[in-house]
Amino acid sequence: MMPLTLAPDGHRLTEAEARARRLRNRAIGLALAGTVALFWVVTMAKIAHGGLH
Amino acid sequence: MTDIGWQEQTQRLSLAEPADYWALLKPRVMSLVVFTAFVGMLIAPHRGSILLDAVALFAIALGAGASGALNQWWDADIDAVMTRTKNRPIPAGRITPEAALGFGLTLSVASVLLLGLVANWLAAGLLAFTVFYYVVVYSMWLKRLTPQNIVVGGAAGALPPVVAWAAATGSLAWPPLVLFALIFLWTPPHFWALALLKCDDYARAKVPMLPVVAGPDATRHQILAYAVVLLPLGLVPWATGFAGPLHGATALVGGAVFVALAFRVWTIREGAAARTACGRLFGFSILHLFLLFAVLAGERLAGLV
Repeated sequence: MMPLTLAPDGHRLTEAEARARRLRNRAIGLALAGTVALFWVVTMAKIAHGGLH
Repeated sequence: MTDIGWQEQTQRLSLAEPADYWALLKPRVMSLVVFTAFVGMLIAPHRGSILLDAVALFAIALGAGASGALNQWWDADIDAVMTRTKNRPIPAGRITPEAALGFGLTLSVASVLLLGLVANWLAAGLLAFTVFYYVVVYSMWLKRLTPQNIVVGGAAGALPPVVAWAAATGSLAWPPLVLFALIFLWTPPHFWALALLKCDDYARAKVPMLPVVAGPDATRHQILAYAVVLLPLGLVPWATGFAGPLHGATALVGGAVFVALAFRVWTIREGAAARTACGRLFGFSILHLFLLFAVLAGERLAGLV
């Protein structure tokens, strides 16, 4: 993290801040997609094993 | 009209990258948890789908990672003054304590719910208890209170095979409890060997580890005592029939080496040789636990038991 003094026209991200935010966004996207895939796979597996009634 | 929006204000923009959040999960501890849980699941008599077992293991790993994140949130002040931990994401300033707390709590709830949905609620309850035990009982309560912190707190690290067995079977039995006892009794000599090496660090951080409070000699007595008790306990899986003779031989030889190294720590108390002895015991303790569980898994996979 770095201290930030807000200018009247807002803050322009530094290269490092923009990179970190881009990487975090990408990780969050992958985690969300992974969660959807995980629940789909678990549901299919449960159906296949007769675990859902 | 107000000029609030124009006032200079100090905010902090995060430079945290995904690797920092990954570090919050304590990946090396998590890998040990996954390994012991995998073995606990492998020796369980009844299993459903391999895929569901894999997801259950993932949930257990997630719970372990959540515990690590919450531990780092709580112990950030200690981590900041210890050389071994001062570069962790919170003391290094890359992740705020609030972000770590939110991350840890979210993962805790997600891991317990996932395990409950994919396996059963006994396993989920045990996982929730494990997270609670590690974060609240160990980190918040015992760690700064008593030199027996890692003895009692070691239960959290010993529970994963029990959780995994419960996930596979929906019940509990003696084999996972024996594995629990193995890890539980292995933990104190493992950490005290490290604590002897990092005594100054712990003293500076005001963590009442045994060498800091009772002194190195008392710690050496305790290490030797635990090593002696661990040797026969390692033979219990073979003696009770859920492990084969190869495991019995591994436990016997490994346990004997463990005692021998603990004896060296007990006899050599000064200088570089003493530090070497502690380092060797610490390193071998990891190998010993790994072999005990790996051979147990290998015997099962090879159909020897």
